[in-house]
Amino acid sequence: MVRRFTIKDSYLENRLIINRVVAALVVILFLNLLLAGRLIYLQISGHEHYSSLSQNNRIKISPLQPTRGLIFDRQGEILAQNITTYSLELIPEQVGNLEETLTGLQRLLDIDDREIEQFRRLRKRSKRFASIPLKWRMTERELAKFSVRRFQFPGAEVHARLARDYPYGNILAHVVGYVGRINEKELKSVDPAAYRGTNHIGKTGIEASYETMLHGKAGYEEIETNAQGRLINRLGQIPPESGVNLHLTLDIQMQKAAYNGLGTHNGAVVAIEAKTGNILVFTSKPGFDPNPFVHGIPVKDYDLLRSSADRPLFDRALRGQYPPGSTVKPFIGLAGLEHGVVDMRHSIFCPGFYQLPNVSHKYRDWKTWGHGHVDMNAAITQSCDVYFYGLAYSLGIERLSGFLKKFGFGSKTGIDLSGEKAGLLPSRKWKRKARNEPWYPGETLIAGIGQGFIQVTPLQLANATAQLANRGKAVRPHLVRRIERKAESMIPLQQFSPDIQIDPRNAESIIQAMVNVVHGDRGTAHSISNGIDYKIAGKTGTAQVFTVKQEENYDESRIDKKLRDHALFIAFAPANNPRIAIAVVVENGGHGGSVAAPIAKQVIHRYLGRES
Amino acid sequence: MIPQTSENRFPLGNQPARGFLHHLHIDVPLVAGLAFLSSISLIILYSASGQQMELLMRHAARLGLAYSAMLILAQIHPRHLQRHAPLLFVIGIGLLVAVLIGGDIGKGAQRWLNLGFFRFQPAEMIKISTPMIIAWYLAEHVLPPQRRQIMVTAGLIAIPALLIAKQPDLGTSLLVAASGTAVLFMSGISWWFQVRCVILLAGLTPILWHFMHDYQKARIMTLLNPEADPLGKGYQIIQSKIAIGSGGMYGKGWLNGTQTHLEFLPERSTDFIFAVFAEEFGLLGCLGLLTAYLLICCRCLYITVHAQDTFSRLLAGSLSITFFVYVFVNIGMVIGILPVVGVPLPLISYGGTSMVTLLAGFGILMSIHTHRRLLPV
Repeated sequence: MVRRFTIKDSYLENRLIINRVVAALVVILFLNLLLAGRLIYLQISGHEHYSSLSQNNRIKISPLQPTRGLIFDRQGEILAQNITTYSLELIPEQVGNLEETLTGLQRLLDIDDREIEQFRRLRKRSKRFASIPLKWRMTERELAKFSVRRFQFPGAEVHARLARDYPYGNILAHVVGYVGRINEKELKSVDPAAYRGTNHIGKTGIEASYETMLHGKAGYEEIETNAQGRLINRLGQIPPESGVNLHLTLDIQMQKAAYNGLGTHNGAVVAIEAKTGNILVFTSKPGFDPNPFVHGIPVKDYDLLRSSADRPLFDRALRGQYPPGSTVKPFIGLAGLEHGVVDMRHSIFCPGFYQLPNVSHKYRDWKTWGHGHVDMNAAITQSCDVYFYGLAYSLGIERLSGFLKKFGFGSKTGIDLSGEKAGLLPSRKWKRKARNEPWYPGETLIAGIGQGFIQVTPLQLANATAQLANRGKAVRPHLVRRIERKAESMIPLQQFSPDIQIDPRNAESIIQAMVNVVHGDRGTAHSISNGIDYKIAGKTGTAQVFTVKQEENYDESRIDKKLRDHALFIAFAPANNPRIAIAVVVENGGHGGSVAAPIAKQVIHRYLGRES
Repeated sequence: MIPQTSENRFPLGNQPARGFLHHLHIDVPLVAGLAFLSSISLIILYSASGQQMELLMRHAARLGLAYSAMLILAQIHPRHLQRHAPLLFVIGIGLLVAVLIGGDIGKGAQRWLNLGFFRFQPAEMIKISTPMIIAWYLAEHVLPPQRRQIMVTAGLIAIPALLIAKQPDLGTSLLVAASGTAVLFMSGISWWFQVRCVILLAGLTPILWHFMHDYQKARIMTLLNPEADPLGKGYQIIQSKIAIGSGGMYGKGWLNGTQTHLEFLPERSTDFIFAVFAEEFGLLGCLGLLTAYLLICCRCLYITVHAQDTFSRLLAGSLSITFFVYVFVNIGMVIGILPVVGVPLPLISYGGTSMVTLLAGFGILMSIHTHRRLLPV
């Protein structure tokens, strides 16, 4: 130690240290200024920039789903509503042991593996603090069961959500339609901003065609979130605008009567308020329950619906194309009168068959032994085929089709539903184009009794009946009567097919014949005439089945029924001041007078009987 | 014999009056500065942690531990430190080697030594023992050091620095190197020599780059262009700059920093706590904090100037400079002028061992200042 200090120059060392301390201090001051300069740059010059970045960081816009508009029938009965459903949801970060909780819940409630599977899929995509649904639409029983044991399942909660519900299920499945989860394709066709908070969109029926009105407008909520997106605070909101309520022209009581009236048969019933075009009944049977579609129908169930021979998903009233059979006869009769081919006094002898000149082929009447001497009135009342073979032959296919076209056959009615079929009105030109074949006279004959190429939808049939009831005045059939909270509370009625001028005497003659179908002693629908104090004008029809080809099914026990004729009936009432027009198609029902007519009567009576 | 410094010429009676705290070997201005920053630390940590009292209590406990370490070291005469410097250094190096062989792996690096009852980072101890051994070595010779002594010193710096870099912990390694270099700086090596060293280092940079880990390279690339990868490596820097910039002149107010409380800011109670402070207290608060650090540095340098022997002077100078380097590296990193290295903000950040080391350093400074004697013991 002694040696070390003796050789040192303390004075020099002291100066050296002070020297270095001063140098260090200068450097420190300089670096401090550097830091301060940078801070001034960030906090003064950059303040505005970074403030807005900080705002963007924390504030997010979250969409608020509008409440979907309700759908009512003409009496104010709810057809589509939003009900509170309860779903069981789990928040993974709050659940202690997820596997244990899942098995525990599965033991307690009716949760199938598919739901567990779906939950796991959702969980992978969600944040840990997000609430993930496990069980949709809990029943009261399940709710009660869970509530009692809730303490055993931390992180599991019951959430209330609004879900579309169709209280009438099958009865209105086609016409009201249903909503389902939006798919990618649909998302492209709608305004993405309006649908940001929405999961569902109208898929079919009224739900689809009035989607924009029913949906409403999405609202927005400004929320403060943290870096993980967890909601911290609500800052403000623009409330969503609910969808408008729709009041339909349908009458649920009549709809029920028609649906139940079809019994075990498949078929369709369309009833129209003759003067306005308001559709009162729009039924297709079998229906299906639209409610599972709202939450995503299981693939198995969907396949079952799709592959069913009865084709429950098929809207027969709108898209079913049937040969009209004898129901077309009043129109053809009217065509004959209007074209002057026949008059009411014109009479023929019906031996039970008809032969074209110089052709040996016999065109048979449904009544093997014939109707004897028949005029127009008797031919319609008794549905004599031979009379109409002759009339059709005299008219020719072009005049026949041309006249039917004026009643809307062969073209869409323009109803406010999408997917409507136009049916088929044959002509020479059509046959050349579609089949590259000439038109044969025999085809004109069978067109005269509504067979052959001619096809109509139940809606078209009802629409044409309404036009006939109005003595030629056309109406546009529609389903929506009133749109709530809109200036134009009534749908502006556009004339669709132009009114046609018919000689009133001709019209009255045909209508009188149709009254006789129901009220005449020999009328084919005589059975429905008792117990009513008004006159029904109607026409039965029996159509040979050939649509069966397309839906051929090798189930032997059913083939028999499948090959049976379709039973049809058109009618309007009261005959002198028509208020309701109706068309009934009963697939494989046999004879129109015995099967289809009673259904029509029930519906008509429900309408007129109630109001009188 | 006693070194003949100017102070030694005062007679015994001229010594300034010394109070109770001086008998505890506490330097009042220094401890006042430290206490001020510790209070700031508690206040800002309360906010940064999302008002967790539990975390605050743990921090307070560590503060207590750190202050105890300071108090203990302040009692030890610098002469004893000088005498035991080689032993401490050898133990430190031994522990570093032990960590490399059998240390716990935390956050992807081997830094911890599990001694059964507590986990311990030997690198922290080496932060102090490196300047001590170099001060001890240089004090054996006449200042300024000769070339041979500089070479030995370089070796003494390189051994711990490389061992720590191997863990890998580049930040601490550089800080240890800086503390050793600070001793050399204080010892009076010529400016010309320093310039040559800087040039040499600049030339070595590409080679150094080659030996760096990918994440270390990424950090430097991130500094140069943080926007290139805003959600990945650049995220910390971007969010930190947003926090600071949005604080503005007066700040958003205590507990009102949205960047902090909404968890956009990573590492907000540890390395990036300065951003929290800047967001909530604004530019004025930041300048105040920088001033506080500057005042503490000045006091440390004052102690250095008044130290009585070569060892004390070199050690005190190194500790003062190192303290500032810590502050500069941390704030520089948070405000985006230096790469992200894991260096906490001295006296403010939440974190155990580093604060104990830091206050131990201040304890040594206090010991140096309060053990001055006019006469040999």
